[in-house]
Amino acid sequence: MSREESERPAPRVPQDTEARAGWLLTAPALACILFIALFPLAWTLWESLHEHDLRMPWLGRPFVGLGNYLTILQDARFWQSLAHTALFAVVSVAVELTLGLALALAMNRGFRGRGVVRAAVLVPWAIPTVVAALLWRFIFDSQAGIANVVLMNVGLLRHPLVWFVQATTAWVPVILADVWKTTPFVALLLLAGLQSIDGELYEAAATDGASAWWQLTRITIPLLKPAILVALIFRTLDAFRVFDLIYVMTGGGPGTSTEPVALYTFNTLLQNLEFGYGAALSVVIFLVTFGLAMLYIRGLGVDLGGGGNRR
Amino acid sequence: MKGRIVARVGLILLVLFAAFPFYWALVASFTPEATLFREPSLWPRTLILDHYRALFTERDFWTPIKNSLIVAGFTTAFCVTIGAFAAYALARIEFAGKRAVLAFILAVTMFPQISIVSPLYMLLRRLHLINTYPGLVLPYMTFAMPLAVWLLVGFFRQLPRDLEEAAMVDGASRWQSFTRVILPLTGPGLATTAILTFIYCWNEFLFALSFTLGPERYTVPVAIALFRGQYQVPWGQILAATVIATAPVAVVVLIFQRRIVQGLTAGAVKG
Repeated sequence: MSREESERPAPRVPQDTEARAGWLLTAPALACILFIALFPLAWTLWESLHEHDLRMPWLGRPFVGLGNYLTILQDARFWQSLAHTALFAVVSVAVELTLGLALALAMNRGFRGRGVVRAAVLVPWAIPTVVAALLWRFIFDSQAGIANVVLMNVGLLRHPLVWFVQATTAWVPVILADVWKTTPFVALLLLAGLQSIDGELYEAAATDGASAWWQLTRITIPLLKPAILVALIFRTLDAFRVFDLIYVMTGGGPGTSTEPVALYTFNTLLQNLEFGYGAALSVVIFLVTFGLAMLYIRGLGVDLGGGGNRR
Repeated sequence: MKGRIVARVGLILLVLFAAFPFYWALVASFTPEATLFREPSLWPRTLILDHYRALFTERDFWTPIKNSLIVAGFTTAFCVTIGAFAAYALARIEFAGKRAVLAFILAVTMFPQISIVSPLYMLLRRLHLINTYPGLVLPYMTFAMPLAVWLLVGFFRQLPRDLEEAAMVDGASRWQSFTRVILPLTGPGLATTAILTFIYCWNEFLFALSFTLGPERYTVPVAIALFRGQYQVPWGQILAATVIATAPVAVVVLIFQRRIVQGLTAGAVKG
């Protein structure tokens, strides 16, 4: 494309010039993503078909086909980690959506001090997950930690608990920390959805004498469905990839009783240096996440077109 | 009326719930280690600065702060610049394959990091980039680039189309209308994107844990997570570190909260 050509005073530039400009401008970013994300993913896929143990370099890197995947099927620790991940995802996402909806409904009423509330809920979202994990571990740490003291004072506990020595109690601070950190994000997504609902609908319903509950279940929730689904999928994906939080709070312990799949994969790769098997685990995580992501893009009909100015 | 009171009380409780861990960490970071778990009280009794002093003398906490600033700063600058070109094309130019590119970028934002840790490790090792700044900037692009592009597409779409068309009728080329008309108008959008990208990089843990080997290259989250005491968990110092890691983020969020919320929700709720 010559200089003169591109500077021609034309409101309608020919199609092929436009396409060329489009690809030229997109190319650098796309190249980065391909090189640093897609190419490694292909590598992971290839690696997962080999036995590759960095601790035993003399074994080489023999091709084993789907051998690693067959091992996964019989790997009890993998299935347990998957169960932990699912438990964590279901419980935390359910609590976050319920609380987030309540919070969004409350924030949607005009009131003074809205800025304070928004700031207060945004800060936990913005800080590093590692920091959130440490704050909550400290609260639940030791028999004389503040969580035990408060719970005993209000009469919910008779004896102080050592929260992190068994899986059933260790999940409590872990899920609480996740709820604390991510409910704001859910609430803000839902709040944006709420603000796009036409207020006249409620006025009409109110004149007809509809109860608040009727308005919530018949107007708000149906119209909020797209926003709820977006929040649901985003949070499920995040919960499925959970790593930082559990790495810092329990280290997957006691034993491996709170270990999620991402942590199991990390340990396989960087502790045991079993790169072949770790790659196979990575592929499994990728496939599940990818499936969920597709569900989101397809099922919700996310606007990918030019769209223009539709606001 | 009753609903309003319930909402108010609920919100007050929620603000307390959100703020309490920060308050508690702040109190503890000024409390002597020995009394940390002995009859904890909601009000600090003795205030000491020992933990903060130890953080910068015994532990050299400046190094991770410097590392995080360098890595997050470079990644953000690079991704927002390159991303702006791509986002402009994706928002404003019609070309075949555009939808596929957008779908691909959205899919990559949902990528599980753990899936590419091992090949990135091998790649960085071969390039001799393990335990270096480029060895973190490069992997960080995997999430920062799609994030920046996706957010920027949202901002570019909000600008009225007439503006650049008018400029082009007046004889400006695409390039000129982009740099002279569009970019200046997108200033706030670019800033929001930069802030969000920076926050994501600042908070990243898995890559920084995997691709650094020693304290000289640890980022803030890795340094804090790997704090070890000789005999027990050095809670005083850990909490002082969390206070320092949180304070700048909190300030940025408080200043830019309106924009951040806009950026966060614009990208997601479009269906």
